[in-house]
Amino acid sequence: MIDLIRKQRYLIDFTLSSLLRRKGKNLGLLLVYTLIVFMLASIMLFTHALRQEAGMVLQSAPEIILQRMVAGRHALVPADYLEKMGSLRGVTDKKGRLWGYFYDPTVKANYTMMVDEARGLTAMEVVIGAGIARAKGIGIGDYISFRAYDGDAFSFQVKEIINPVTELVSSDLVLMSERAYRATFGVPDGYFTDIVLKVRNPREVRKIAEKLSMRLPDTRPILREEILRTYDSIFSWRQGIVFVLLAGAILAFVIFAWDKASGLSAEEKREIGILKAVGWETADVLRMKFWEGAVISLSAFILGYLSAYAHVFYGSATLFEPVLKGWAVLYPEFQLTPFIDGLQVATLFFFTVFPYIVATIIPIWKASITDPDAVMR
Amino acid sequence: MLLNPAIMALVLVSAMVTMMLLLASGFAIQVIRHWDINSGSERQLELERRTYLISTLLTWSFVSELISLLLFVYNAESMSGQFVGAMCATGVLNVNEWGWPTLLLKIVIFFCGTSWLALNYLDNQGHDYPLVRWKYTLLLLIVPLAVAEFYTQLQHFLNMDPDVITSCCGALFSADAEGVAAEVSGVEPDTAMLALYGTGAITLLSGVWYARRRRGGVLFTLSGVAAFVVALMAIVSFISLYIYEHPHHHCPFCILKSGHGYAGYLLYIPLFAATAMALGSGVMAPWKNRPSLAAAVARDAPRLAWLAVSLFGLFYLLASWYVMNSSLVMTGVWW
Repeated sequence: MIDLIRKQRYLIDFTLSSLLRRKGKNLGLLLVYTLIVFMLASIMLFTHALRQEAGMVLQSAPEIILQRMVAGRHALVPADYLEKMGSLRGVTDKKGRLWGYFYDPTVKANYTMMVDEARGLTAMEVVIGAGIARAKGIGIGDYISFRAYDGDAFSFQVKEIINPVTELVSSDLVLMSERAYRATFGVPDGYFTDIVLKVRNPREVRKIAEKLSMRLPDTRPILREEILRTYDSIFSWRQGIVFVLLAGAILAFVIFAWDKASGLSAEEKREIGILKAVGWETADVLRMKFWEGAVISLSAFILGYLSAYAHVFYGSATLFEPVLKGWAVLYPEFQLTPFIDGLQVATLFFFTVFPYIVATIIPIWKASITDPDAVMR
Repeated sequence: MLLNPAIMALVLVSAMVTMMLLLASGFAIQVIRHWDINSGSERQLELERRTYLISTLLTWSFVSELISLLLFVYNAESMSGQFVGAMCATGVLNVNEWGWPTLLLKIVIFFCGTSWLALNYLDNQGHDYPLVRWKYTLLLLIVPLAVAEFYTQLQHFLNMDPDVITSCCGALFSADAEGVAAEVSGVEPDTAMLALYGTGAITLLSGVWYARRRRGGVLFTLSGVAAFVVALMAIVSFISLYIYEHPHHHCPFCILKSGHGYAGYLLYIPLFAATAMALGSGVMAPWKNRPSLAAAVARDAPRLAWLAVSLFGLFYLLASWYVMNSSLVMTGVWW
């Protein structure tokens, strides 16, 4: 056993010095290889972190959202629907929500307006998201005005700016009192935008949704688990699309690696010839070449992965941002929570190292069966 | 579903491996027909040179099959969020009828592959390659499995319909249901425990016996295979219950989750590795009378046997540790 390890150590030692003797060629390969790993790893780390973020955000969302549909369109829910649905076993809380969108022509952006009774806002006060504060250049104590449905303009004092930690969801948010909301949008008393229900046991959610759509046939229940599932597949899908687009790059890399491995210079051929003449066997040459590939792959993989990590979690994934997360005027600025997962690393391995190995096996073998006399003559 | 990166990787690997194996099988046919170690003809020289390429290709193929087995299970686990009713890998494997066959084929290919690699290693020790026909015949038997695996896996991923409500471990691994999984879950825990420690004792004893006395290699391999099957049954029947600390949860996949300290990996990796080693020493043992291989068999087969015995031992220790350290008490119910 010790002998085996010692033998491999000498082989690695030899390989490293032989790699260093041809710096230019190997550095070129390493650079391209690292770049490929970097691109793919950035995408994976980024989409995965986004998915994670979405999951965390939705963790505190209500289990069921109930919307009323009129002629296939989302309509206001009369408040008496809360009584009409009766008491449902397993529902711990139900209430009507008031929210909507407001287009602000001055910054050309949509705000999400929402009533939050828990904050105890007066009719003249609002709480705004950090994105709005940035776009309009206002702070706490300043005034912000909205044009109401009937043409009047209402001014509100900014009481608070929402903590930037939650910016991913609160960037464009405006929280206001119920009175202010109804006055701005003209939503009559006794109507809500939708109804939310909290359910303790996740296994009862589907049954409750079924009962709801029987008791209130003109409504549509939206389940939190469905939203989560959709996010999950959407992010995998986006990642997959980008991977398909990058397939060309991977293929180019494979051809490049094949070419590098098969285009042995006369000097390298002579080296193999001499090695065989001094007693190396074909298997030893193969092993040496294997270590060469392993050293290059490992360095490229680690370098590429680490720089992707830095790119995504410290540089906000500048290169791929627009494709993967979408864009908007009030785009949130946020730091993603670093998250590494074994599945990602294994997938990445199969997309980069595996094609490299497959591409180089045949050229390496061709090199290793060279007859010593043929190259030294 | 094909656009999921992990799925693309799995399909890619399976396609490449199948291609490499098909390439190798073309060569295998040539070897079986024309191999003649005593000839100095150009064809023989070419064949001898090409064996290096083929064994390198196959080593890589089987190593990637191993990683793809792990990735497949891990991927199934992580996709469970995307299907209604799926809570772990069981639900995803149940999404259509191709899931389980794919997993089984991957496991079978893993064991065939490791046995082949052991045989190949042994053959390379002999100066006259005495097993070359044997190992390439064996290879021809593995190739259809790889092709079948590629096909079933592709079908599994293509036919994933997120609208189908799948049934997960709670329904499949319950003593009241029907089918193999239910039968296994329904095995009385004391029977399973007896079988587990019984096969364990036989395997460990025969392994040590073989490693020291160089006799009974076949018995060791057979008992190793039996121990593997019984161990899987025991995991479903009672070990998992103790890990979950829940008297009715039999799932063999939920133990892979972080919530249970990745206990599954700690159990499955030694178990699979031990079985592979036992099979490896089993395919080596019968060649001890070949003059050119006698020394290699005498050196390597017991070594593999020792490794297998220690890994089996590790598995039994871990399994017993999980049972002993669990807060679940079922003694009054079973005995």
